[in-house]
Amino acid sequence: MNHFLFGNLTWQALPHEWFTIGGTASIVLMGTVVALFLTRKKLWTWLWRNWLTSTDPKKVGIMYILVACLMLFRGALDAAMIWLQQILSVGNSHGYLNAAHFQQIFTAHGDIMVFFVTMGFLAGLLNIIVPLQIGARDLAFPFLNTLGFWLYVAGAIFINLFFVFGGEFAAAGWLSFPPLSELAYSPGVGVDYWIWSLQISGLGSLIAGINFIVTIIKMRAPGMTLMKMPLFTWTALSSMVLVVSVFPILAITILMLWLDRFFGMHFFTSTNGGNPMMYINLIWMWGHPEVYILVIPSFGIFSEVVSTFSKKASFSYRSLVAAALGIMLLSMLVWLHHFFTMGAGADVNTFFGIMTGIIAIPTSVQIFNWLATMYKGKITFSQPMYWFLGFVATFTMGGMAGVLMSSPAADFQFHNSLFLVAHFHTMVFGGALFGIFAGLTYWFPKVTGFKLNEAWGRAAFWFWQVGFFVAFVPLYILGFMGATRRLDHYTDPTWQRFFIMAGCGIVLIAIGAGIQIIQIIVSYRQRNEHKDTTGDPWDGRTLEWSVPSPAPFYNFRTIPNVTERDAFWDMKQKSKSAHQHIDTLAQPQYEDIELPKNTAMGIYVSAFVFIAAFGFVWHIVWMIVLGIGGAIVCVIIRSLDAETEYTIPAAEIERIEKEKSIAYNQ
Amino acid sequence: MKKYFFLISLLVAGAVLLLIIFFMIKGVQLPVLNPHGIIAKGEKNIIVTSTLIMLVAVIPTYAFTFFVTTAYAADKQSTDVHPASPASKKIVTALLWAIPSIIILCIGVLTWKGAHTLDPAKKINSNIKPLTIQVVALEWKWLFLYPEQNIATVNFIEIPKDTPVHFQLTADAPMNSFWIPELSGQIYTMAGMVTNLHVVADKEGTFAGSAAEINGRGFSGMQFQVQSVSKNIFDSWVGSIQKSGTRLSQTEYSKLAEPSENNPKTFFSSYDKNVYNNIVTKFNPPAPANQIGGM
Repeated sequence: MNHFLFGNLTWQALPHEWFTIGGTASIVLMGTVVALFLTRKKLWTWLWRNWLTSTDPKKVGIMYILVACLMLFRGALDAAMIWLQQILSVGNSHGYLNAAHFQQIFTAHGDIMVFFVTMGFLAGLLNIIVPLQIGARDLAFPFLNTLGFWLYVAGAIFINLFFVFGGEFAAAGWLSFPPLSELAYSPGVGVDYWIWSLQISGLGSLIAGINFIVTIIKMRAPGMTLMKMPLFTWTALSSMVLVVSVFPILAITILMLWLDRFFGMHFFTSTNGGNPMMYINLIWMWGHPEVYILVIPSFGIFSEVVSTFSKKASFSYRSLVAAALGIMLLSMLVWLHHFFTMGAGADVNTFFGIMTGIIAIPTSVQIFNWLATMYKGKITFSQPMYWFLGFVATFTMGGMAGVLMSSPAADFQFHNSLFLVAHFHTMVFGGALFGIFAGLTYWFPKVTGFKLNEAWGRAAFWFWQVGFFVAFVPLYILGFMGATRRLDHYTDPTWQRFFIMAGCGIVLIAIGAGIQIIQIIVSYRQRNEHKDTTGDPWDGRTLEWSVPSPAPFYNFRTIPNVTERDAFWDMKQKSKSAHQHIDTLAQPQYEDIELPKNTAMGIYVSAFVFIAAFGFVWHIVWMIVLGIGGAIVCVIIRSLDAETEYTIPAAEIERIEKEKSIAYNQ
Repeated sequence: MKKYFFLISLLVAGAVLLLIIFFMIKGVQLPVLNPHGIIAKGEKNIIVTSTLIMLVAVIPTYAFTFFVTTAYAADKQSTDVHPASPASKKIVTALLWAIPSIIILCIGVLTWKGAHTLDPAKKINSNIKPLTIQVVALEWKWLFLYPEQNIATVNFIEIPKDTPVHFQLTADAPMNSFWIPELSGQIYTMAGMVTNLHVVADKEGTFAGSAAEINGRGFSGMQFQVQSVSKNIFDSWVGSIQKSGTRLSQTEYSKLAEPSENNPKTFFSSYDKNVYNNIVTKFNPPAPANQIGGM
């Protein structure tokens, strides 16, 4: 009976070590504080109605970004713990963490930063910006969008749940290679938590991918042909095509790993005919494109930023589109470079090495094109441009390291070393993260209605940029010194000074992040000074700047007609030559607007999926049945609901718009 | 003036950083850049040459970035001039695609040649008869078997200088990666499979070796030493090991294969010839006879 109710879950699974007790305490404490605050201020209904059940992509996007910030805090804490251990643990000293705990921390750090921070930020930006850029009022499948978001949240909670139940996370690296991740070598629940948090959030990503592809293909404003689409939307499309192409591989691969662990099968075991090499092959078929899923949208952000702040259309738009699509295709043909060292032979290695090198071509072309856009432009150095220049400095360096490693013979020396660790951090920092920061500062006024403080933003940039070099240059050098990644202890005392330097870098980066928090607080207090009354604070070029800031919940009063690339810029030029204010070009027209209703079904489905995953981890059959059954029933109920939309009458739109324009003119 | 102040402080900061790194690097071992075997030397050459080729494009890119950002800043231009929409000049576009293509073509040729000449499975040309060492990654130590000398060691390899060494690698544990940066790059060791690595040391000395793939609790303590010595010293070392200590029998091996951390160097005077084959075949036992050759 006990086993029926609780499966493998016993009292021993409850927190009893300092980090699980600490983790659980902080989760409970945070939860209580938030709950008390909401109750005191009587905000529960407001939260539920206006946010949690909302289908407005702008609100979903903001929620994505907030969750990603929380997870960034968790991931950064992991990073700091890794560095502290590596500074302390040399020679006779063994630091403050045991090997197993240390290995769990770097595993969690990698997964959190990739799946829950970078993916979260990107999903957030895509939600907020893509519909506005293509002149749409909503996404193609609003319910799927909230479902995707809530699955992502469920995954994020699940990856932290081991603090409360189980006390251990996977300790086999962020991709959990078998046979180490098989039952024979990892008998605990850690790998199961890993499998299911990735499985749930991966499902969310896949759903989001389908949604954005359909939205971009089907819902563009009239006149916006594919070759008139803003470049950020192009890169969003490339990235989402990659999601749809490769996330199923991830799902199936870790499902097979779970079958091995749950039913004692032998897909990837070393014994009984299993083949661990196949897992590594499959996981990198997903894993390499995944890196590009993270970084391609950043390229789009830089295209927008550079063009806007140089007051010029992008140099060779066609080249930039071709580069995005080229990178998308090539990224699916290079995965074997993650295991040149497996002994595949010279011919196979050469093919994948050269394919990898070729990716550098479209990537360099993009950088050259951005510089060509700036050439003879009129450049304003606002914060997003700082992030762009930081990107050029770091990404070029990381790209060089990447091309070096694309050569199999050189890779034999760099594989699994700290050189490799430094390389991919350069790419994720310089490429994905700096792009996200550029995007967040650039579109911040569109979301909130006021700009971010400039001075604090620049200070934050310099701390991040200098901190980045101080933190990661030592790791490149350590790679040349023969230091492998993931060491909880080392004997050579000359390594220590480099780890100390890297630690100083982490402190600088942390100060940079602190300054960003101050920046947001300061900007909020000065919101009236930095108010964006025009909806177009940067003299922008694309449609999102044609609507007021913050964007109204229906995005566009009337769907714009697009005739040129940089549609809004074109409208502004035409109105200027007609000596008319853009709004008075035509008498405002009001029309009835149809929007999706709120729905809580995304929350319910994700909750059931969460329960099923918990059952899978602890072998609790009734939870598995309840979870899967409940999720299916919820989806059926939702599918039978015919009235998922509501109409806002034209008169109501007119009232809202007039109120807003009075507020502006005051 | 403000602009120059900014530029100067940036340069000073960069110089300080370089100076700090220079002092940190003094007296430090950089095995990847200072190798002692022909394979690792070939790998280093590829690293250095590719870097130089890339710098041909990277340095001008940095310079041009700097030029563009200073020359076209808005505050240097009169306010009412708006730059005309740029004609995307075909010739410039073609050039921008051509530059990286040529660089990658050069590096591609290097990649091709390097991957073939430095293929770890390729025998090294030499007049000296190669030495075979069988490597078994265990939890968490390295077992080395010398089939011709019939001796075995743990976490220690002695090799004669200038003699090609043929490592045959497998695992009786989770997957691992075998790395002696001064002699060559890595190769995986996997249960039930054998990978090959050929190296040769061209200098006497002691080199560090490590396990480069995460494989559980004892991962960081799974280090070993490689001693490269003259042929004579190697022969007498083999003799002294053969005379000393214990034999690695099948039971002794089973004890050794139990998980253990931070193992010291250990030597075995001889070993059961079946040990290695048993390790390789036990994961994938041969198919029953009636299944071979189809139905």
